[in-house]
Amino acid sequence: MRYWTTRRRDVLTGYLFIAPQLAGVLLFVLIPVGLAIWYSLNKWNVFTGKQVFVGADHYAALASDPQLPKVLLATVVFSGGVVVLNITLGLLIAVLLNRRFRGATFFRTLFFSPVVVSVVAWTLVWGFLLQDNGGINGLLHAIGVDGPNWLQHGDTAMLSVIVSQVVRSVGVNMVLFLAALQGVPSELYEAARIDGAHSRSIFTRITLPLISPTVLLTAIITVVGALQSFAQIAVLTGGGPELSTTVLVYYVFQQAFEFNDIGYGSTLALMLLSFVMVLTLLQWQLRRKWVFHEQ
Amino acid sequence: MNNKGSSRTSLLRRALLVAALAVLAIPFAVPTIWMVAASIKPLPEIFKAPPSLWTEHPTLAAYGEAFTFQPFARQYLNSVYIAVLVTLITLLVSSMAGYAFARIRFPGANALFLVVLTGLLVPSEVTIVPLFQVFKRAGMINTHWPLILVTAFGAPCVLASFIMRQFFIALPAELEEAGRLDGLGRPGIWWRICLPLARPALSAVAILTFLASWNLYLEPTVYLTSPELFTLPQALTRFTDAYGADMWNTQLAAATMTVLPVLIVFVIAQRQFVEGLAHSGLK
Repeated sequence: MRYWTTRRRDVLTGYLFIAPQLAGVLLFVLIPVGLAIWYSLNKWNVFTGKQVFVGADHYAALASDPQLPKVLLATVVFSGGVVVLNITLGLLIAVLLNRRFRGATFFRTLFFSPVVVSVVAWTLVWGFLLQDNGGINGLLHAIGVDGPNWLQHGDTAMLSVIVSQVVRSVGVNMVLFLAALQGVPSELYEAARIDGAHSRSIFTRITLPLISPTVLLTAIITVVGALQSFAQIAVLTGGGPELSTTVLVYYVFQQAFEFNDIGYGSTLALMLLSFVMVLTLLQWQLRRKWVFHEQ
Repeated sequence: MNNKGSSRTSLLRRALLVAALAVLAIPFAVPTIWMVAASIKPLPEIFKAPPSLWTEHPTLAAYGEAFTFQPFARQYLNSVYIAVLVTLITLLVSSMAGYAFARIRFPGANALFLVVLTGLLVPSEVTIVPLFQVFKRAGMINTHWPLILVTAFGAPCVLASFIMRQFFIALPAELEEAGRLDGLGRPGIWWRICLPLARPALSAVAILTFLASWNLYLEPTVYLTSPELFTLPQALTRFTDAYGADMWNTQLAAATMTVLPVLIVFVIAQRQFVEGLAHSGLK
């Protein structure tokens, strides 16, 4: 008799409740990815707006693009540099903060604060500090050292972008490491200390192995984040000097929006997507080993 | 932030610890402090070597200039209204989806959840090229629509839905039973019982979403061309004179105005901020 049983109503509510999110993902994620694949198979005429199917031409162009090896090298150096510095620094700060002392919360707030500062504002200030006559060279001058023009030389430009990015984002990793460190049972530490273990061997033999899943996953999350860094590069170096800081994301932006090469830009974007996908799937696989924390 | 084993640390070791942390903290704190300090200096003093955080002639002139050089008040308003709107929509969309995926059994739920999760996999730089073409066709270039729609419903919202789902999964089933006995339907249970309990998750989502929208840079750069439609991060890079040289004091004053409100809220609510982020990263 009653058509609208609780069960039926439940099912309907379920669909209605997920509808906005599902529609958002279809419209703004899945369909665009499909379009990007289609675009990568077409050549666009900027002036007439017409597109011609060219098949795998853009993919072949990847192999013959003289700039692409430099871009990929910059991408690897940037992401690698960011992840190595980020993990070591994040772990160091987390270990230092993982003890009871007055001011721990103050320092945690301080190390975390750049995370909430807008990337562009943060990068502008670093750009100023790193200029030829900026604050960092001013300080170096005061101790009798002539600093380089940080953002104008190939090697120092990359270093500058990496450092400003690491300092801005290390707070997130610090928090994740702190949570993991607190998950290490204190009985283990006590037992080790009773056995007379040195604090360094406690760290390498007990702490590090126990939090290593966190370290690994954090490393992957950090690489994926670094692969998507756009504002830092755009504001600090504009990809220069030469191509030394042109990472893949920035190259995609240039091809698509500065040179209006929608087809090639899409092909590069799909390459970026494949990198991110491989890393994310790796993370998914490793999730089982994740040290889990209930709040 | 504590662990029993190290509470016996001696005074000397504690002093060394604080000293090490203070040195480490320099690159984290100085840029922001320096930004605020330089914004109230007269221009020539900004370049004084060695740099100092002190000025004898503080002036707010650069703050006034920021508003005359660009429609900065308008740009500020754009950023505020977009971030607030995006946050509200995301809270609604993600709490609904998160609730349904966690507590309602309906055919295809798992498959659809996987479809939604693909949003976590795709960086915005990948979708922005086709989205630009689509919004161009829809006549929405140089409007705020792409910034609002994509952020509130698209990939950035997926993380929020995931956080909400994880939270709702942990709620005890008895609560819903009680609501049902009181004659509440599903929407009633969601709105009257589950949402009020979900305040920690909701505030984490709100913080993350607000920050993400407030700091968005690539999207406004791609979609917007008129200065009166710009959002703050984009506006910050436009404080240059006729020759393309940076107007440093104006830029720093504008940057200070962009950063300070968020930073103050952060310092007050830092526990929630930090846990919110840890929450999203961990689960």
